[in-house]
Amino acid sequence: MNSICKVRRHLVTMALAFAALGLLGTLASAATTEPAALPKNSIYQLALPLTDQDGRNFTLAERRGQPVLIAMFYTSCQFVCPMLIDAIRITEARLSEAEHAHMTVLMVTFDPAKDSVAVLKSTSEKRELQSPHWTLARTDAKNVRKLAAVLGIQYRALPDGEFNHTTAMILLDADGRVVGRTSQMGSVDPAFLKLLKANIHATTP
Amino acid sequence: MVKWRSYAAITALATALFAGCATAVFAQVPGPGAAYVLLPAGTLKSVLAGDADKGPTPIPAFSMRVLPVTQGEFLRFVSKQPQWQRQNIALTFADASYLQDWQASLKLNNDTSALRPVVNISWFAAQAFCEDEGGRLPTWLEWEYAAAADATRTDARSDPQWLARILGWYARPASTAPAPVGGERNVYGVRDLHGLVWEWVDDFNSLLVSVDSRSQGDPDKLQFCGAGAISLQDRENYAVLMRIALLSSLKASDSTSSLSFRCVREP
Repeated sequence: MNSICKVRRHLVTMALAFAALGLLGTLASAATTEPAALPKNSIYQLALPLTDQDGRNFTLAERRGQPVLIAMFYTSCQFVCPMLIDAIRITEARLSEAEHAHMTVLMVTFDPAKDSVAVLKSTSEKRELQSPHWTLARTDAKNVRKLAAVLGIQYRALPDGEFNHTTAMILLDADGRVVGRTSQMGSVDPAFLKLLKANIHATTP
Repeated sequence: MVKWRSYAAITALATALFAGCATAVFAQVPGPGAAYVLLPAGTLKSVLAGDADKGPTPIPAFSMRVLPVTQGEFLRFVSKQPQWQRQNIALTFADASYLQDWQASLKLNNDTSALRPVVNISWFAAQAFCEDEGGRLPTWLEWEYAAAADATRTDARSDPQWLARILGWYARPASTAPAPVGGERNVYGVRDLHGLVWEWVDDFNSLLVSVDSRSQGDPDKLQFCGAGAISLQDRENYAVLMRIALLSSLKASDSTSSLSFRCVREP
């Protein structure tokens, strides 16, 4: 125990010394600009690897800087998921061209087993989703569960290959905080649209 | 500002390390290889079953931790992975009550705490612990499969006496800290599935019971994709239904004073 404590004391001394050095470093480099630390309630805290419909790998946190409309879906879904795409489309249709250019759409599949890159690509083309503005992406099953967890989305795989899931369009601010959500499909949710516009204007000079 | 705060954090860590030397909390903790037992493959008639999946569900074999994760074990984990310490945790991964029963980020409440199940734990933190141990959280079906057993039968759920006994626990107030782990073993050798704490499952956000059971046939069902809404098959099993109700009301960052977890591994 004592020798462990001694080692610990050494470690602690070293840690304090490093911390002091770090502090000096900060003072010296105060003029250089570093990206600010992510807010603690940002979903970009989740180190989530994704692959888009063109096979390009990226992480969730790379979306930082602009508001993002994020949603979860799966391509073999016949009913609600096509409606979700339509809901995003009609919401976007209410943005000006400039507003539209300062946000992106990210849809992640619940079903990585069936939704390969090729399947995502084909859906993207069939639905005429404008790339790179509108991304369809996949991750592994473990990370699907984590993403759903940070977004507050419930889902369950059914034995027939369908998924039971909450359908929601979620607005992330430029730092990846969840600032709004709507489950209104079929017509534009005015409160959600207002929030989307406000967040776009907050990040455009 | 941020740098100053991390400087303060290191100082706090130093203090906590010295405090650890004095109280020797680590000494009581079992070694790093937590005990797991094999649960053979079988079938389960889950209390949760939708129209699309009536009938017994096949459960592949898996290994499950004999005991829930203790505070001592969790302390060892956060000592190794500081991002899961109370003072460092991101709000995305845990709410304000995360590990609130501990004295400090690296100090348990008292000498008896190390062998009690860790509580006030979020789903993300539980998942991270299990991944570190080479496992994962059990699915709801795996947990229910293990928890259907009593000391002699793999499925004791049709025994009203057994149901009444486990139900008794839920009637007790949860005002005090849970007792140390190590209750009676079930037929597989797993302990404390009933009567000690609630437990996180991997797919807690799949149970949908709070919304789904109430919304059959109503306009809200548009919220859900896929054929069958989940309905409850066994309305007698209140004890298990209460777990489902609790789990499906939680967010992954939530933590409560009687919610713990255990891990499973592939066999």
